[in-house]
Amino acid sequence: MSSVANLSSPQDVARRRAKGTHVAMFVRMLVRAAALRRGRAASALLAMVVAAAVATAMMNLYVDVQAKLRTEFRNYGANVVVMAKDGQALPADALTRVESTLGPQTLAVPFSYVVARTPKGQSVVVVGTDFGRARQLNHWWNVSHWPAASGEALVGMKADSALGLDRQPFELSFQGRTLPLQAAGLLQTGAGEDSRIFIDQAAFTQWTGVSPSTIEIAVAGSAEEVERGMKELVSALPTADVRPIRQIVEGEANVLTKTRKTLYASALLIVLTASLCVLATLIGWVFDRRRDFAIMKALGASEGLVNAFFAAEAAVLGVVGAALGFLIGIGVAAWIGRVNFHAPVVPRFSVFPYVLAGSVAVALISAVLPIALLRRVQPAIILRGE
Amino acid sequence: MFARLVYESFRRQGRRKLLAGVAITLGVAVATAMIAVATDIGDKINRELRSYGANLIVTPQEDTLDVEIGGVNLKPASDGAFLNEDDLPRIRGTFWHHNIVGFSPMLPVNVKVGEGAGALDATLVGTYFNKLLHFGKDDFTTGVTITHPWWKVQGAWPDDEMSNVLLGERLAAKLDKRAGDTIEVSGRQLNVAGILSTGAAEDDQIVAPLSLAQSILGKPGAVRRIYVSALTKPQDALAAKDPKTMTPEVYDRWYCSPYVQSIAYQLQEAIPHSHAEQIRQVAQNEGTVLSRIKGLMLLVTFAALFASALAVSAAMATAIFERRREVGLMKALGAGNVAVAAVFFTEALLLALLGGVTGFIAGSLLARQIGLSIFDSQISIEPVVFPIILAIAVIVTFAGSAAAIRKAVKFDPVFALRGEA
Repeated sequence: MSSVANLSSPQDVARRRAKGTHVAMFVRMLVRAAALRRGRAASALLAMVVAAAVATAMMNLYVDVQAKLRTEFRNYGANVVVMAKDGQALPADALTRVESTLGPQTLAVPFSYVVARTPKGQSVVVVGTDFGRARQLNHWWNVSHWPAASGEALVGMKADSALGLDRQPFELSFQGRTLPLQAAGLLQTGAGEDSRIFIDQAAFTQWTGVSPSTIEIAVAGSAEEVERGMKELVSALPTADVRPIRQIVEGEANVLTKTRKTLYASALLIVLTASLCVLATLIGWVFDRRRDFAIMKALGASEGLVNAFFAAEAAVLGVVGAALGFLIGIGVAAWIGRVNFHAPVVPRFSVFPYVLAGSVAVALISAVLPIALLRRVQPAIILRGE
Repeated sequence: MFARLVYESFRRQGRRKLLAGVAITLGVAVATAMIAVATDIGDKINRELRSYGANLIVTPQEDTLDVEIGGVNLKPASDGAFLNEDDLPRIRGTFWHHNIVGFSPMLPVNVKVGEGAGALDATLVGTYFNKLLHFGKDDFTTGVTITHPWWKVQGAWPDDEMSNVLLGERLAAKLDKRAGDTIEVSGRQLNVAGILSTGAAEDDQIVAPLSLAQSILGKPGAVRRIYVSALTKPQDALAAKDPKTMTPEVYDRWYCSPYVQSIAYQLQEAIPHSHAEQIRQVAQNEGTVLSRIKGLMLLVTFAALFASALAVSAAMATAIFERRREVGLMKALGAGNVAVAAVFFTEALLLALLGGVTGFIAGSLLARQIGLSIFDSQISIEPVVFPIILAIAVIVTFAGSAAAIRKAVKFDPVFALRGEA
């Protein structure tokens, strides 16, 4: 609206111009101050960058390490089990219902059990399962060779020695129906699995007519997510018992809480130390410029203007330092993730506002603190070099 | 004169020295605390990992096959071999007994619960809850409260010497019994001390003192298996070797390392006719979790050392930068570069030593506090760390001062004295 500008009085124009020059002068002073004392400005910026980088890296780690550790904890296997209630069977589509409820990344393994007899009349527990899934869920299973073809079984260590199988083909009978089997490999876990024989679920159902009675599930995520997953399972499978495997759930919660607290304490200490570093450097920097301060005052600058000048300088330093430090910090966190967890830590941009606010706050404090001290001194004394 | 220069500098510029000293103290304190936490975290997390329960199981050597589905034993429990309860305290005599956090024996017995026609088949497991045992002059307690920390009891834990039991929560719901009720088990009236919730097979079982299970079974001293919870070292190449094929030297090293395999081997030696094995679900995973957390804390400690070194350097540089006029004066009076630098370095050394000692004490207290508030146990600091910390403090202070001192020394005294610094 140029007509409005034309209509404004000359006083207005003068005021606007004066304001314009002020801003230009202000910017000029800021830039020149940094350019002329490159060494000092650079060391202050360096301290800022390092502090912001360390803070970013620690915050990123703090958030992401929990997720990383949770994936490690999933190696302990299932944390939720779905079981048929007494005297009932799980619905035929139980497994697909579990998977559609919890999403495709959830690992669910069906198990079904019967007691079969060997030709010599010994009883043994035979388990039907999905070998591909069981292998993914139970990393700790020590298996010499996984069954591939039908008619192959995975035989527990103790079952093998007690039944005297000796890698020969053998037969099992259940309610008068016999099933010829060949041991593909031996299984060692140190727990109940050692005295059982595992065969493929399809062959198992065909042989015994028994469908899965237990589904072991590894629900990923935090304690709350596991809790929510279990509630969804209860409503998806109203006829079944959904239970947490407390040994796994509580062990994980315990170790994770302790690790998180330790990491938190360390992060706090490190961020504090880094802030101290910034504080020391910036205070030195501002003190060093007490002559600028005195000259500005001697030339008639108001207290507010001088304060604003130093504050603006500190704020710029804080913003630039935070931005550079954030980038470096993300790199450091990613590197730590790759070295320690063999997977990079995902950058959390949500951390940036905190780093930015913290950096600017520390910079402002370290700029305003020395000014408060200098204010008591007459400019003349500083200029005289005393 | 030299001593006086340094002394006066401390006396007259107390406030500035204090600032640098505080920076060094804080830096050293953080470094000490982090080193202490990082060196001790492995042990602490190892203990926390014991909340996953036992990582070793001891069974009779000629064990019969278990026929068990969902915690219900489908085979006469009197079958098969047993371990002897009297041998249990010997676990305390093994080489790595300090690493054995606890153990609990188990003896499952098939019982009928209830009276007459409505009686249910169930499994009663005899065990130790918190039993006082003696080995030599050594008294200790052990049981499921230590080896199975996730077991939750509504009501009270039973006494190991009395005829009271825990009722699994699913079985309790089926029987409609609560803590304080009595149940009839194979003709005996037993007190239900509490309702047990484990999220596993025990929810359908009765858990009783071992002596009670033995008398129901009619086999005094019998134990079916023993769960042992031990602090172990993560696996490496040596751990997996077969002790029979080792040279004596390697065997000694293997035997004297707390691998889960060597502890199993020693348990087998301690308990006659037994077979000890790792519970792979627990034993195999704790190593990776432990090494991940240790590695993480190591890297974080480096970050802390880096940050505190920078803080100390920055404080020293600032302190020296402000004293260019003094340098000018000293040089104008004829002091050489070496003399000036010597004064500054001596001051830095004094500051580093003072700050190092106070920082070490403060850091030790900090580490202790972290240990108490997070792990409920103290984090102890090795005395070896003290000289190392002091050396690091001096080196970092010198390194931080060096650049600033060089600059200060190079500065033309005329400009410094004219105040054109």
